[in-house]
Amino acid sequence: MLRIEGLVKRYRTGDIALDGVDLVVPAGEVVGLIGPSGAGKSTLIRCVNRLVEPTAGTIHLGELDVTALSRRDLRRARRRMGMIFQEFALVERLTVMENVLSGRLGYVAFWRSFLRRFSAADVRGAFATLDRVGLLDHVDKRADALSGGQRQRVGIARALLQGPDLLLIDEPTASLDPKTSRQIMRLITELCAERQLAAVVNIHDVALAQLFLKRIVGLRAGVLVYDGPSEGLTPEVLTRIYGEEDWTRTHGDADADDDAARATGPRPELIRAV
Amino acid sequence: MPTARAADGASAWRRTTRAQDLLRWFAWLLLAALFVFSWNVMTKDTIWAFVRDAPAQAADIGGRMMPPRWSYIVQLSRPLWDTLSIATLGTLLAILLAVPVAFLAARNTTPSVMFVRPVALLIIVATRSINSLIWALLLVTVLGPGVLAGIIAIGLRSIGFVGKLLYEAIEEIDHAQVEAVVATGAAPAQVIDYAIVPQILPAFAGISVFRWDINIRESSVVGLVGAGGIGLNLEASLNTLAWSQVSLILLAILGTVLFSEWVSAKVRHAII
Repeated sequence: MLRIEGLVKRYRTGDIALDGVDLVVPAGEVVGLIGPSGAGKSTLIRCVNRLVEPTAGTIHLGELDVTALSRRDLRRARRRMGMIFQEFALVERLTVMENVLSGRLGYVAFWRSFLRRFSAADVRGAFATLDRVGLLDHVDKRADALSGGQRQRVGIARALLQGPDLLLIDEPTASLDPKTSRQIMRLITELCAERQLAAVVNIHDVALAQLFLKRIVGLRAGVLVYDGPSEGLTPEVLTRIYGEEDWTRTHGDADADDDAARATGPRPELIRAV
Repeated sequence: MPTARAADGASAWRRTTRAQDLLRWFAWLLLAALFVFSWNVMTKDTIWAFVRDAPAQAADIGGRMMPPRWSYIVQLSRPLWDTLSIATLGTLLAILLAVPVAFLAARNTTPSVMFVRPVALLIIVATRSINSLIWALLLVTVLGPGVLAGIIAIGLRSIGFVGKLLYEAIEEIDHAQVEAVVATGAAPAQVIDYAIVPQILPAFAGISVFRWDINIRESSVVGLVGAGGIGLNLEASLNTLAWSQVSLILLAILGTVLFSEWVSAKVRHAII
C-alpha cells in the first residue's frame, strides 16, 4: 500500500511542482494520474522512489517511511518499487535478458552482476516473466532490435522481476500506436490484478485511462483537483483538470492536443546526477 | 533594421544593415593589411640565396637517398618492433589511467562538481598540453634512455586525449537508461556497469584505437631524444649523413602507419 501525505516539491528554480498532495493507493489498485503537461505528474511518481527528492511531506510504502531513509536503505526500498518509463529506458546495447535481469541488481552483489552470474532462481524468474509478457523468443536479442511494443514489454518484465509491491508507471503508452497502447494497458492491469500490486499510472490519453482504469486522480498545477471513479470524468471535471475546452466533442481534437503536449523536449527536472 | 520600406511601399529585406556592411568591409581590409605586415616580418631574416638554392639542394639529398639501402632493414626490424611496443603499451597505460579520470571529470558521474571535477580536468589539460617529445626529453633525463621512457612519455601524453574524449562521451549518455537502473535499487557501481558502460563502449573503442594510431606516429619520433624505437636509428643515420638509410627508415615508418590505419579501420568497423 502507498500512502502520500502533504507532499511538496519545490525545484531550485523556485517552481512549485507539487503543492501538498495526499494520495492513498491500496494493494491491487491501479490509479490513473491525469493532468496537463507540467502539472507535476512525473514529479509525483519520481518523488515516491526519490529519483526526485521531495521538499516536504511523507511517503509510506506499507509501514516504511520512504522519505526518512538513508541512501543505503533507500536502495533496498527501491527494490520494492518497479518503474516503467515512457521511452522504455531500456539499456539499448544490452540484450533483452540482461535488461530484464537488471531488475535483480538490488538483490545481487556487484561481482555477480558484473560477471552476469545471476542465481538459477533469478534466471528462472526472468524466463517465467518473459514468457508472461510474451517475449520468450527474443531473449538474446539486443534491446535496440525490438519494436516499441516489445520494448515496453521488456520494461514491464524488468519491473516485475524486482518482485515489487508497487509499480510507478510514467506514460507507458505515449510512444506507442493505439492498438499496442491498449495491449500494454491491458497487460499492466492484468498483472497488477494477478499479483495484487498497487500502481500509479501517469497517462495523457483520457479515453484510454477510462477504458482500463477504475480510479482516476486529476492533478493541476501541483494540486489534486479530482479523485474518483473514471465514469466521473464529466466535462466539468475535465475543465477543472485541464482548463476550458469543448469536452463534449470526442477524440480528433483531443488527440491533437496530446501530440502537442508530447512534443515538449526533455524535462530539466529529470536530468540529474547518478 | 534589416526590414525597411522600399519606395513603392513594399517590404524590402536585407540580411545586414548598411552599418554592418561597412564594418564587414573594414574587417576584411584589416585582415589583408595584417597579412601583408606578417609576410614582411616573416621574410625579414630570410637569406634569399639559400631559398634560390633550395631546389638544387633538395634534388641533391633526394639523389643520395635513392636507392634506399635495403640491406639495412635487418637492423631495423628490432627498433620497428620496439616502436610498435612503445605505442601499444603507452596507449594501454594511458587508458588505464584515463578511464578513472574521465569518470571523475564527467559532470554526471563525478563525486563532487566543486572539488573533484576541477582536479580531474586539470590532469586532463596538463597532460595534453605537453608534447610527447618533451615528456620523453624529461623522462630520458630522469629514467635514462630506453624504451621505458618512451612508453611512459606516450602514456602521459595520451591520458588527456583519451580522458577528454571519454568524459565528453560519458556526459552525452541517455540519462533515462541510468534513471531506470537506479530505480531498480542498484548500487552506484552496478549503475556504472549496467547503464553507463554499455552506452560509452563504442566511443571508448573508437577513442582507444584512434589514440593508438596517433601513438604509432609519435613513438617513431621519441627515439630522436633517446627514448627507444626507430627514432634512435633515424637520429644516428641523420647524424652520419647516411641518406640511403634515412629513406629506408621513412619508408618503414610509412608502412607501419599504413598497417595501423588498416587495423584501426577494422576495429572501428567491428565495434559499430
